[in-house]
Amino acid sequence: MYQEIILDHYRSPHRAGLREPFDAESFQINPTCGDEITLRVKLDGSTGTATVADVSYETLGCSISQASASVLTDLVVGRSVGDSLKVLAAFQEMAQGRGQVEPDEDVLGDGVAFAGVARYPARVKCALLGWMAFKDAVARGFAAGPVAGGTEGEQS
Amino acid sequence: MTSLAAPALHAAPLDTAAIRADFPILSRTVRDGRPLVYLDSGATSQRPRQVLDAERAFLEQHNAAVHRGAHQLAEEATDAYESARARIAAFVGADPNEVVFTKNATEGINLVAYAFGNASVGKVTEAERRFAVAPGDEIVVTELEHHANLVPWQELCRRTGAVLRWYGVTPDGRLDLDSVELSERTKVVAFAHQSNVLGTVLPVVELVARARAVGALTVLDACQSVPHQPVNLTALGVDFAAFSGHKMLGPSGVGVLWGRGELLAAMPPFLTGGSMIELVRMEGSTYAPPPQRFEAGVPMTSQAVGLGAAVDYLSGLGMEAVFAHELALTGAALDGLAEVPGVRIVGPRDLTHRGGAVSFVVDEVHAHDVGQVLDDRGVAVRVGHHCAWPLHRRFGVAATVRATFAVYNTPDEVAALVDGVRAAREFFGVSSGDGSRGTRRGG
Repeated sequence: MYQEIILDHYRSPHRAGLREPFDAESFQINPTCGDEITLRVKLDGSTGTATVADVSYETLGCSISQASASVLTDLVVGRSVGDSLKVLAAFQEMAQGRGQVEPDEDVLGDGVAFAGVARYPARVKCALLGWMAFKDAVARGFAAGPVAGGTEGEQS
Repeated sequence: MTSLAAPALHAAPLDTAAIRADFPILSRTVRDGRPLVYLDSGATSQRPRQVLDAERAFLEQHNAAVHRGAHQLAEEATDAYESARARIAAFVGADPNEVVFTKNATEGINLVAYAFGNASVGKVTEAERRFAVAPGDEIVVTELEHHANLVPWQELCRRTGAVLRWYGVTPDGRLDLDSVELSERTKVVAFAHQSNVLGTVLPVVELVARARAVGALTVLDACQSVPHQPVNLTALGVDFAAFSGHKMLGPSGVGVLWGRGELLAAMPPFLTGGSMIELVRMEGSTYAPPPQRFEAGVPMTSQAVGLGAAVDYLSGLGMEAVFAHELALTGAALDGLAEVPGVRIVGPRDLTHRGGAVSFVVDEVHAHDVGQVLDDRGVAVRVGHHCAWPLHRRFGVAATVRATFAVYNTPDEVAALVDGVRAAREFFGVSSGDGSRGTRRGG
């Protein structure tokens, strides 16, 4: 389960810490273990064609949840929101696939390292915590009104 | 650190090899052929053949709905069910009529909380009034409670307007008896006999004395004590107590609520329906005496029979011997883990007033990751907050690793735990130095 890629991200997480500006913030918790993540997204462009300008986060969690959040930022920052949600769907499908889903490295990049986690059902929530926070934050960002680049962040 | 002040017990040591032979599951392997080291009995214990056989024999020979019907099977099933009740009652120093079968301890505690709520609203008899909780009354719990002995009281407060207060916990994992002053408004004091996280055994006699002095009723969560030490509920002086079958070598789906006879006799029911009635008319009903009043519907039966076999098994070993065995393992675990750099025990580090739950954190390695490394080595422990989230918050940690011991565990298994924790530190690269490795927040 602990692929070297996962340990690398855990030891040196990408884009860690909370930053401004941001459009929306999500706080997610895993009630079975108490692990937490606070994740912010900054979106650029108008609602239909918005791109993910930044994702920042702070986690209180295990190696899997921390590495997963780090990989998430690599996979979604700079992408359109629509594409990033497609990556999310693929990651979720793999993580919840009980090891039966063959991950597509072209879509998931370093995310394929988490295929092994799918064989440990108790750890799937750890791998998904950051992704659920991202999904929630994007929805909140859109709900907060038209997205425009370069404005000061505002917590929804 | 050394393990101090082990109680002087004179029980013969348990024959662990013979005991292990009674538990078929302990001979299986896990994760690519590794022997199972089961250190999660505090969550659920394994069951000996004697319990499995008793359930099967009941179902193959005597199964019927108890307390109904007059055919031979119904008689035999009722006898088996009531015989189990009597043996379980004797096991905890109680009268059989004071033993109510519930689904588990959670249901037992909810039963009490809901019965108190029922005594607090609507038409209430004079006898029921002693259980009433009114706005401004106080319900007192402790900060170390399992959610099962916390959330039902939060809910009773919400329904009645009562105020929840709690005893705090000292840094070394003991109850801070100075943190709450009970008053005439205190109606209920609910607390664990032994913490499922810290292993701390609470000062039950002192808490009962304080509650009695202000006329409050006491409710004991005995889930982690009844399976592991001699317990006489009558002698402890509490008013109610609950424990679960599956934590004491018995089946899941059966637990016990014990209450002092005169209290159960006066208390209104929680669940209502078949078998708990005395007389039913369209206009209203009257209820059977306890314990039937609190056992609505066709009850679990093979599970009760299995729990009867479990207490027979434990009685055969002797609870003094069980306690001494598990205390020795606890001491070995505390000593072994103390040798591992970066390991911090959450709970008392000595063996006074302590039972066999050892929870700890490993600096810079999250509890989940420690648990995963242990699991890969065949060592099954619990990780997380163990349904005691406020207690973990109190100690500033999100999650701990918890090892719990039972009659079938051995010193070699404790050594496997300690080796596994060392391996986890090595795997995550914190095996050298003081464990500091950057600024990452870790649970």
